[in-house]
Amino acid sequence: MPQTEKTAVTLDPSMADGLMSYTLRLADDALVLGHRLSEWVSNGPFLEEDIALANTALDYIGRARMFYGHAAQISTDMLACQKTEDDLVYLRNEREYQNHLIVEFPIGDFAFTMARQLLIDTYSVHYLDALKKSADPTLAAIAEKAIKESRYHLRRSQDWILRLGDGTDESHRRVQTAINELWDYIEALFEVDALELGLIEQGIAVNPAAFKATWLADITASLEQATLSVPTTDNAIRGGRQGYHTENLGHLLTELQFVHRSYPDCQW
Amino acid sequence: MNPHTVQPQDYISLLTQAQQQRQQIRDNSPCQTLWDLLDAIKDPEIPVVSIWDLGILQGVEQDSVTKQVTVTITPTYSGCPAVEMIGDDIKALLQASGYQDCQIKTALAPAWTTDWITPAGRSQLQQFGIAPPIPCVHSREGQGQGQGQGGEQEPVAIACPQCGSRETIKVSEFGSTACKAAYRCDGCGESFDYFKHF
Repeated sequence: MPQTEKTAVTLDPSMADGLMSYTLRLADDALVLGHRLSEWVSNGPFLEEDIALANTALDYIGRARMFYGHAAQISTDMLACQKTEDDLVYLRNEREYQNHLIVEFPIGDFAFTMARQLLIDTYSVHYLDALKKSADPTLAAIAEKAIKESRYHLRRSQDWILRLGDGTDESHRRVQTAINELWDYIEALFEVDALELGLIEQGIAVNPAAFKATWLADITASLEQATLSVPTTDNAIRGGRQGYHTENLGHLLTELQFVHRSYPDCQW
Repeated sequence: MNPHTVQPQDYISLLTQAQQQRQQIRDNSPCQTLWDLLDAIKDPEIPVVSIWDLGILQGVEQDSVTKQVTVTITPTYSGCPAVEMIGDDIKALLQASGYQDCQIKTALAPAWTTDWITPAGRSQLQQFGIAPPIPCVHSREGQGQGQGQGGEQEPVAIACPQCGSRETIKVSEFGSTACKAAYRCDGCGESFDYFKHF
């Protein structure tokens, strides 16, 4: 990829490590979800939907590349450890990935995939809207670009949830089951650790707690319109941001990293 | 002087503000030859529209001392696979034209918008069988309440680029590439791509 225009980060150098970790978290979320969506290629319910899922996957993988590119730039400019995009994607182990757990689950059935997309797309629109104001100009620029795509994704996932939820008994049952299963992983999306708190104070990171109520109102409206109910559970399964994953991520990384690790530095 | 003579300042510009700003950057640039040269670079996915007309080409500069040429482009979609090919095409053309030292910069901000597509670009899309983008309305953006938050309203009926009929139906939000949606025309029965407003 051509070199991304360098933007000066006005940042306390002691925050560089934290900024790189934060950028990697956003990158990992986008890559893992993009990879999952790409698993629908040639398996979509019909041709147009196959193409739509592939395009959505491409948006996420493109977004991941912008974040990884930024992390690589930080590693070179501020941390003198010279990582490349490829190092960050192909040569980190499962424990080093810090994506949220919700994105790593297998695609399941079509209802599960679209339910996850609705929850994440709604979240992404709010998150990126806040990230547009980041004190790091590169993160703000990536958000500015990505939010347009997330708005479009949301339009589609809302359509599908309505169609599936207010469809047949079978489609209703499947999408409600998916929402219920995914709900345990929602709380973690709104929590921040010490690393992110430090960056929030500097105006760099987003505090998702600030939009939790509006996110819930949006989701409630989407689900109710689709005759679906909002789960009531106190379950909160955590760990992704600290590198504790479900078994699913290891399998995903095995497939994602196999070629690069087996044929180091091969180019094609 | 005839008071009814129309002066240039009396014309209302047909360009959007975004287009006009881009046009001014080009018009005020000292590297006119290079801009004109790069008009030959077409989008790999839509080979009738130049990267200028599609709003991808943002800047051309030449260092007066080193003679190095710097070309700035903006990717359309984050994952657009054409960006690298466009960069390679630009380098190849410049080098073949005697500009050995050239570099490609990718600018993420301001984010690419279909408002940058020039009037010529729009008509080329149309002739190529792709309906050009129509601005759509953001529904309650920023309100954060309820259904449709941050989503976009359906644009008005899209006219078929083949027969002009507005009796068209969206088949899918995504067409052959991320920047297009798939439509079907009930007037002529043909399917076509709509270049999404973005």
